[in-house]
Amino acid sequence: MSEPHMESVEWEDAAAAHRVDRPVATGPVGLPAPRDPVDTSAILQVDNVTLRFGGVVALDDVSFALRRGEIFGLIGPNGAGKTTCFNAMTGVYRPTSGRILFNGAQVTGRKKHEITRMGIARTFQNIRLFPEMTALENVMVGVDAHHKTSVAGALLRVPRHWREEREGREQAQALLDFVGIGQRANEVARNLAYGEQRRLEIARALGTRPSLLCLDEPAAGFNPAEKESLLKLIREIRDRGVTVLLIEHDMRLVMGVCDRIVVLEFGRKIAEGTPAVVRADPKVVAAYLGVPTDAA
Amino acid sequence: MTTMEQLPTEEPRTSRRWSPRAQVSALYTRTGLRGWYSRLPRWGRLVANLVFFGLAALLPYVGSVPLIGPQIITNGISWGNTLFDMTYYVLLALGLNVVVGYAGMLDLGYVGFFAVGAYTVALMTSGDSVLHLRWGWLAALPFAVAITLISGVVLGWPTLRLRGDYLAIVTLGFAEIIRVTANSASFLRGDRGFGGLPHPPGSWPDGTKIFGLRDLRPYYWLGLVAIVLVIFAVHNLDRSRVGRSWLAIREDEEVAEIMGVRTVKYKLWAFAIGAFIGGLGGVLFAGYNAFMNSSTFVLQFSILVLAGVVMGGSGNIPGAILGGALISYIPDRLRGIEDPLTHTDLFQWRFVLFGAVIILIMLFRPQGLAPNRRRAMELKDRAREVAP
Repeated sequence: MSEPHMESVEWEDAAAAHRVDRPVATGPVGLPAPRDPVDTSAILQVDNVTLRFGGVVALDDVSFALRRGEIFGLIGPNGAGKTTCFNAMTGVYRPTSGRILFNGAQVTGRKKHEITRMGIARTFQNIRLFPEMTALENVMVGVDAHHKTSVAGALLRVPRHWREEREGREQAQALLDFVGIGQRANEVARNLAYGEQRRLEIARALGTRPSLLCLDEPAAGFNPAEKESLLKLIREIRDRGVTVLLIEHDMRLVMGVCDRIVVLEFGRKIAEGTPAVVRADPKVVAAYLGVPTDAA
Repeated sequence: MTTMEQLPTEEPRTSRRWSPRAQVSALYTRTGLRGWYSRLPRWGRLVANLVFFGLAALLPYVGSVPLIGPQIITNGISWGNTLFDMTYYVLLALGLNVVVGYAGMLDLGYVGFFAVGAYTVALMTSGDSVLHLRWGWLAALPFAVAITLISGVVLGWPTLRLRGDYLAIVTLGFAEIIRVTANSASFLRGDRGFGGLPHPPGSWPDGTKIFGLRDLRPYYWLGLVAIVLVIFAVHNLDRSRVGRSWLAIREDEEVAEIMGVRTVKYKLWAFAIGAFIGGLGGVLFAGYNAFMNSSTFVLQFSILVLAGVVMGGSGNIPGAILGGALISYIPDRLRGIEDPLTHTDLFQWRFVLFGAVIILIMLFRPQGLAPNRRRAMELKDRAREVAP
């Protein structure tokens, strides 16, 4: 509890540390041609981001850009630095060097709640809801991000307080309906089924009215039918104009839904492109299946 | 929506319309007095509140009730004095409840704010003060609570980035700073204290003062009015965006911030509001006592109020009121009763008896006498984590 930032360090990042000295893909890693300083078509631009924990290099000069309105996959084997990358984007970690631009504005160095208000929302790999709040209240916390009622306003019950409370409830209920758990609105989060909790996290994140939604392994622990309905939900979110960044282990899910994919391994980008391109990339195959030692 | 059908639904669809009470009843099945209260219509709750307030206002006359009355009133100390003491203890418990119960921050130095409120009044009104202002009590009141509020912000600003035990240690230090300053700074007069503190203004139609020395009931009623105002304010805050933010911070501070809650700002507000209420208690205290000095504000006082909040049930307004009233009432009730073994006043044994009562409550009802249901659940979860 003492060091808030340390809680989120994923074990896989620590595991990556012990493997960096192993022979990894060297040479040019398929970096695109140097792009303009600010790419206006990009909603999120990650420029040469390096992140070190002490001597451990969790992210090594990673660059990519998300286009507006796409579903973007960030994949890689365990310990590749996916979640670290994610945490850097949402302000949990501060990159050692490099920069992250959201709609052309710097993300690095801003407070977490500011980044949320800019329009980046996220879910968590290990579900982190407010357990004793109802589903509706959980989403209302997200919706509150854009509300203005102050302490004085709440104290005096000014009209804005009533209006925002009503709007907040309506929006939260609509979002719960959207993700498919509207009938569970008044249940405390801890009592929801696992799949419902995952969906509630998505609804809460959508409550902050993001233009970029980052999903950290949203299908973890899902059976094929649940995965299928989650895919549908992700597409619906995209169709509502929200760009989606997806971290996922399940290759079939990623290949099925993403417009473009970046593959990380040991903190480095090893491939980028459409699912078809990435799937055919020998480096990706090697990263996922391993390479015979004599061929390496 | 098709996705909905694919999820296993364990419960039949309930009403989609949100209402606070529907939500509460879905959360917990409420029994007893609180269940009855929560099922009342809006006007019914208003009537119940008024009846409750009326009964509280009649407490000075409880001694006249046959059979029960004499058991309730205190012997070794006037009943009016006991009642007034209860009002400022309840105020302190309500204020600390905002900090500890709502925002989940452990504050061990709460007495510091009580002292700031009382000392500000003393400095502005007493003839012993270096300021030589000799203001009236009422004129000093807004200044005193404003200064307490500011002192809450000043202490909170650098320290609220800390959490849990670390914050507790810092607040403990704050209370000690206030106490040591009161003892050693010459303008605060240490043990010599401030005399001639004015009482609240006002006189009856026949010319006698309302807040005199004989009749202590008006002080109690004044405290009661302050309590009602504070309850109203705290309740409004709790049921709003502010209360929701506090709750989110209490449950998972990091996630709350990632969901857009300005955590430092809301923690600071909780601290400042708590300080404000504590200062108000101090102002009332100074208006009642014609004299005060540095020995009034000892550390035990903070611990006692915290014990009251935890005992009553933190995060719940009725719980804080009950706890605050009990920590003040129990020791006073012990006065004037002779201990059969040592033939001393039972009051001397108050800490022993009090400690035993707290231990018993913590053993058999760790969530407090009238807990906030959510807090009780959180506590249960934590216990399960420790010993599944």
